[in-house]
Amino acid sequence: MKHFLTYLTGLIFGLGISMSGMANPAKVLNFFDFAGTWDPSLVFVMGGAVTVSFFGYRALFKRYETPAFEPRFIVPTSRVIDAKLVGGSLVFGVGWGIAGFCPGGALPALGALDANVWVFFVALVAGIFAAKFMMKLTAAKAARRAA
Amino acid sequence: MITEFSPTEFTPWASLIGGLLIGAAAVLLMALQGRIFGATGILAGFLTPTNSSDWAWRAILLAGMASGPLAFAALTGHMPVVEVPVSKTALIIGGFIVGIGVSYGSGCTSGHGVCGMSRLSPRSIVATLSFMFATAVTVYLIRHVFGQVVGGA
Repeated sequence: MKHFLTYLTGLIFGLGISMSGMANPAKVLNFFDFAGTWDPSLVFVMGGAVTVSFFGYRALFKRYETPAFEPRFIVPTSRVIDAKLVGGSLVFGVGWGIAGFCPGGALPALGALDANVWVFFVALVAGIFAAKFMMKLTAAKAARRAA
Repeated sequence: MITEFSPTEFTPWASLIGGLLIGAAAVLLMALQGRIFGATGILAGFLTPTNSSDWAWRAILLAGMASGPLAFAALTGHMPVVEVPVSKTALIIGGFIVGIGVSYGSGCTSGHGVCGMSRLSPRSIVATLSFMFATAVTVYLIRHVFGQVVGGA
């Protein structure tokens, strides 16, 4: 039951992405092409998603102390705005503008069995591992300096 | 990197319903697992697992996500449109850069843009503004500046 509900949650997300146009790079890139073939559809995706989660999260946290399957809610609490956050996000934007896929759009799109999505996915995974490796190097260097 | 840029159909209703479903999935994941529905975090945790039960829900969630297009096909009779107006090289370079950026930025459109913004997290609001800005500038440069330099578009 637990696994089925988790699967269903993923399925609802994947169906939403499929309907919204977020799995379609042509549409995503046109949303950002204000000076060219602008397609404002994605405003409605973001608007719909944020509205539901804004009210949904509030109702949920008001009524329940814990989630159904875990001992507690794990919600990011950091309020630190640093170069890592802003720099990383800017870099993400550059990649998104080049490829047209973001992770949330590409992961469901893998199921559409289009070879292009898998090419993007493999590169995305390589990028995630490369970042983890670089972060480990930085941490090791900082540890050596502190020692 | 430069190919034809064709307009796409404006789909406010489909996009709104899609957005509502994305939001519903985010609330549902919080209700069940107590987690933020961020594609980056879910994938990163799946790739570098800490324990088997943590890995299991991520794997099942990812399987559900990838089944989305099939559910879409069952409802509409066709797979969702995936038009890629960029080259394979652009997909590889872009994908790698996205992987680095979302790791350092601790999130992407779903984690920061939907879940974080709806919690009014200042980090997520700054992150979302940052990547939306960078994406728009990148698209502008590729399509309208760089494109003219190489004689395309």
